[in-house]
Amino acid sequence: MTHNVQTITHPAVVCRRVTKDFGAGENQVRVLRGVDLDVPFGGMTLLVGPSGCGKTTLLSVVAGLLNASGGEVTVLGEDSRRMSGGEAVRFRRRNIGFVFQQYNLLPALTAAENAAVPLLAAGVPKKKAVAAASDLLSQLGLGERLHALPSQLSGGQQQRVALARALVHGPRLVVCDEPTSALDHETGNAVMELLTNIAVRPDRAVVVVTHDSRVFQFADRIAHMDDGRIVETSGAGSRPFEPVFAGVN
Amino acid sequence: MNFVAVQMLIGDRAKYLGLIFAVAFSTFLMSHQSTIFAGIMDRTTSQIKDIKDASIWVMDPKTQYFDEVKALTDDDVYRVRGVPGVEWAVPLFKGLPRAKAFDGNFRVVIMMGVDDATLVGAPRDLVLGSPEDLRKPDAVLVDRVGYEFFFPKQPYVLGRTLELNDHRVTIQGIFNSSAPFQNLPVFYARYSQALTYVGRERNLLSFVLVKAQRGLSDSEVCRRIGAATGLDAATSQEFGWQTIRYYVAHTGIPVNFGITIAIALMVGTIVAGQTFYIFTLENLKQFGALKAIGVTNWRITGMILLQALMVGAIGYSIGIAMTAAFFEITKGNLDLRGFVLFWQIAAGTGAVVLFIVMAASLMSIRRVLVLEPAVVFRG
Repeated sequence: MTHNVQTITHPAVVCRRVTKDFGAGENQVRVLRGVDLDVPFGGMTLLVGPSGCGKTTLLSVVAGLLNASGGEVTVLGEDSRRMSGGEAVRFRRRNIGFVFQQYNLLPALTAAENAAVPLLAAGVPKKKAVAAASDLLSQLGLGERLHALPSQLSGGQQQRVALARALVHGPRLVVCDEPTSALDHETGNAVMELLTNIAVRPDRAVVVVTHDSRVFQFADRIAHMDDGRIVETSGAGSRPFEPVFAGVN
Repeated sequence: MNFVAVQMLIGDRAKYLGLIFAVAFSTFLMSHQSTIFAGIMDRTTSQIKDIKDASIWVMDPKTQYFDEVKALTDDDVYRVRGVPGVEWAVPLFKGLPRAKAFDGNFRVVIMMGVDDATLVGAPRDLVLGSPEDLRKPDAVLVDRVGYEFFFPKQPYVLGRTLELNDHRVTIQGIFNSSAPFQNLPVFYARYSQALTYVGRERNLLSFVLVKAQRGLSDSEVCRRIGAATGLDAATSQEFGWQTIRYYVAHTGIPVNFGITIAIALMVGTIVAGQTFYIFTLENLKQFGALKAIGVTNWRITGMILLQALMVGAIGYSIGIAMTAAFFEITKGNLDLRGFVLFWQIAAGTGAVVLFIVMAASLMSIRRVLVLEPAVVFRG
């Protein structure tokens, strides 16, 4: 496989004065209060802040799962406000990978089948999709567990399957919501190492929402949120990243 | 994604089997009760069907159905014979005398009296003896139900005697009859003999059996008979349906069966719907993840419909197989003879099952369609 490595100067995600309201009238709650954020390619950006500050809401807006109430959101060069519902779904399917806090694996599918779901959703034949997923899982150290069901895997192993699912279709943006909160320290560290070494590459941006300070060391950038705003953005973390190319292009 | 849909369904074994059981039970109950109902209604026409020699029945206009007959006059046979288009016409008697065995056992029986000269209308499916044996003195033909009632556990033998209205009769034939509605034994005798086995009335002729001349339709001959004589004439099929309609309109049988079938339909829908909905609720996070990953609403709807159809097909197959097996196993039982799973009932039940699974999946589809994919980010 060859990879289209290129020097990318524009950010993967650009948010300008982004607001998000829930409810209406007297019950309306403004969760995002004018967020300005750039997420560059080629690194891991953490979104950190206290509970209820709007991290997950911002992540949902960036990932296209929620529409912003105001402001501009540009993801991979596309203005999300200009996309219809169907276009947004197709855009997500092609370009975005998700890692959820609770893994959200399908309990009836094996590890390889779970990891293959984005390719199956894109219409790739099952055999080819599962083969690609199996390759990726082997790189993630789960080569012996391809046929295991999620109930037969540990938390760390399930999160690695979820990581494979997020990467198997070669997305340009990976969003992770509290990927280590359900894991112990050692397992969480292992998952973050994999995320850094395999997910991060020059033509991909990784955004991680977390309140776990133990993972700050893996970040290239940290955006601090409070009360619906980005209050501070700090620079690279202590680890240099070593991109390992993976996925189906 | 069809693979994913199927795996999601069969991966939850308890709900999968619960859904199949609900559909199978509902299918079995609906098809079984529909078959019993159709069979019972069909039984009201048994004696009409068993007469294969003639296809036109002539009767008094006041006669509404087979089991309650207003007698014709003896002259009516000749009047009918005189109608152009009638090949031949013979009398037929139907009554309900009481037959008694010499051990005291008795039963009311259906007595059919066929034309002395031609024996038109006599049964043709005999186990022992022949229709011609009706010409013997005091001869009767008895169906298997009647013989086994009066002579239980005894081999079929001709020559045994019974008493009918103080008359001694001799069994000269044993035949297979279609099960009557009232499940009474069926006897055949010559017309002149049959009249002596019941109480005397001025008129005893029940029906005139007619055959149309070659080249004329039965309907045309019926019309001519009606116009010429003022009597009612109907084909065997028409008279059969007329009898069925009478029972449908004047008894509680359709309502009773209808209630049972409706309950089966409702229970099937509710149980399947509830189980399906619970299955969806338990997989809501997974559906949310699929929506987040980029599976469209149309695709997810298709997945749920596939799951519903799969459950419907398997449950229906099991239920219909159970019904068919039941009637296959019991077909040798004399009391249950004649019940057949008609293809129309199987097809109709299939359509209802399709409705059940579609209705059951609707709530689930709606729940998933309104699901915000962002819910998967809420832990």
